[in-house]
Amino acid sequence: MNVENRLANKKRRSQKVAFGIFSFTSYSVVALLFVILAFIVVKGIGAISWEFISEMPKNGMTEGGIFPAIIGTLCLVLASMIFAFPVGVLAAIYMNEYVKQGWPKKIIKQMTNNLAGVPSIVFGLFGMSLFVNKLGFGDSILAGGLTLGLLVLPVIIRTTEEALKAVDDTFRQASLALGASKWETTSKIVFPIAFPNIITGMILSIGRVSGETAPILFTVAAYFLPKLPTSIFDQAMALPYHLYVISTSGTNIEASRSMAYGTALILIIIVLISNLLANALRKYYGKKVKMN
Amino acid sequence: MHKIESQNVNFYYGENQALHDISLSMKENTVTALIGPSGCGKSTYLRLLNRMNDLIDDTKMTGSIHIDGTDIYGNSTNVDNLRKNVGMVFQKPNPFPKTIFENVAYGLRVNGITDKKEIEERVVTTIEQVALWDEVKDKLKKSAFELSGGQQQRLCIARALAIKPSILLMDEPTSALDPISTSKIEELIYELKNKYTIVIVTHNMQQAGRVSDNTAFFYMGNLIEYDKTKSIFTKPAKKQTEDYITGRFG
Repeated sequence: MNVENRLANKKRRSQKVAFGIFSFTSYSVVALLFVILAFIVVKGIGAISWEFISEMPKNGMTEGGIFPAIIGTLCLVLASMIFAFPVGVLAAIYMNEYVKQGWPKKIIKQMTNNLAGVPSIVFGLFGMSLFVNKLGFGDSILAGGLTLGLLVLPVIIRTTEEALKAVDDTFRQASLALGASKWETTSKIVFPIAFPNIITGMILSIGRVSGETAPILFTVAAYFLPKLPTSIFDQAMALPYHLYVISTSGTNIEASRSMAYGTALILIIIVLISNLLANALRKYYGKKVKMN
Repeated sequence: MHKIESQNVNFYYGENQALHDISLSMKENTVTALIGPSGCGKSTYLRLLNRMNDLIDDTKMTGSIHIDGTDIYGNSTNVDNLRKNVGMVFQKPNPFPKTIFENVAYGLRVNGITDKKEIEERVVTTIEQVALWDEVKDKLKKSAFELSGGQQQRLCIARALAIKPSILLMDEPTSALDPISTSKIEELIYELKNKYTIVIVTHNMQQAGRVSDNTAFFYMGNLIEYDKTKSIFTKPAKKQTEDYITGRFG
């Protein structure tokens, strides 16, 4: 009796300790996020004003705004997505729906995963030699966008694949059993069901693209530009690079400190908005899929 | 001539032989029940009839299956057309995440019917045919997921029937349903028999007895016995059959 009680107590205690550790670690992650956010907000909020987000940098980037960097980052996001989203989604559809199990599939898969592990600075170097020099795009939004697109291609492929895998196989079978072709099944049944999750992958990569510095370093980013880009062959400023510049090699680092935090805050806000948008889109399409 | 005629069918998943020399013929407008313990090959056999097993990598089939006198594994057979003629209902109700209307219309659309009025007419007739009309007529534009399991399964039957197949394959169609929904499906099978040749896989002996004209008993990939359902259930020729239907194994 006594022994049993002791055993039960011991079990309960070890369970409490284990759960305690688990909850502590998960809450510390949340706490850490809030600390970082709070830090950026507190330091950066002072710099934020309508002028800050709508005007050109002035006085050696110690005053004025970051408008061209915001526009540049948006352009780069757009350019990279126009390239990477269709390519990635189609590649994933091919891999998941068409290729039979076997070594070609394994190789494609392994290579995609390896691509994801390549350091971003290497992508930058590659983008410079291929897009900037070899193909002659010069330092441009096109070259930078393509480089960033390559960088997030594995992310898009992988999330799309996961989304397609999550589609119950009996839907495919039911469609094929009605005499639908493989393409009809993929485009009319499987893809619409997977779409909300595919969108999530895309938005995640938007977050990644807007924050990357290394790939744009030698392909598009400008230290300072007095005017906005007018075509995809123009150079552009970008938020992460701008942040790097005014924090490390600006004309007056101390004077532009608050602007650096302001820039970081804007960058975080852009990523946050795109994530919220992703969630809203996913919910909207999730509902629509069931209704169609 | 038989509607479905299989001769010496062997089937392999990789190295593993799942069917041994199955010869089995079915007459038009009859219901044939395939029974046997799990893994006996009855579902595998069913899926040969609309070539669903083609979807599985690394499989091999020998022998022949003729439907209406045509070799369905012959070189000139178009698989999409075969599947249009041989409808299928699955174990778990699996309506598409679309509206009730679109679930039935989908098969028509992918088979090239574009006339709006014709699609509408056939959707309505088919839903009536599966005795679902009164329950769904006010919510055709609602998601099929809002229906109960039994209603969903009848919708899936309607989906299969809309493209006017002549054969209907049912793979344990009531195993996920409650007794009332099950009896509705069984009544439906009874009615559909007049127009379709039905092959049904079932684990439920009573169901096989209630709905089928003929019964085939599979065991370990072999066809042990095939006869009128009445004979199988009253005086089976083989000891194994008797043991199975009386519940002594399986």
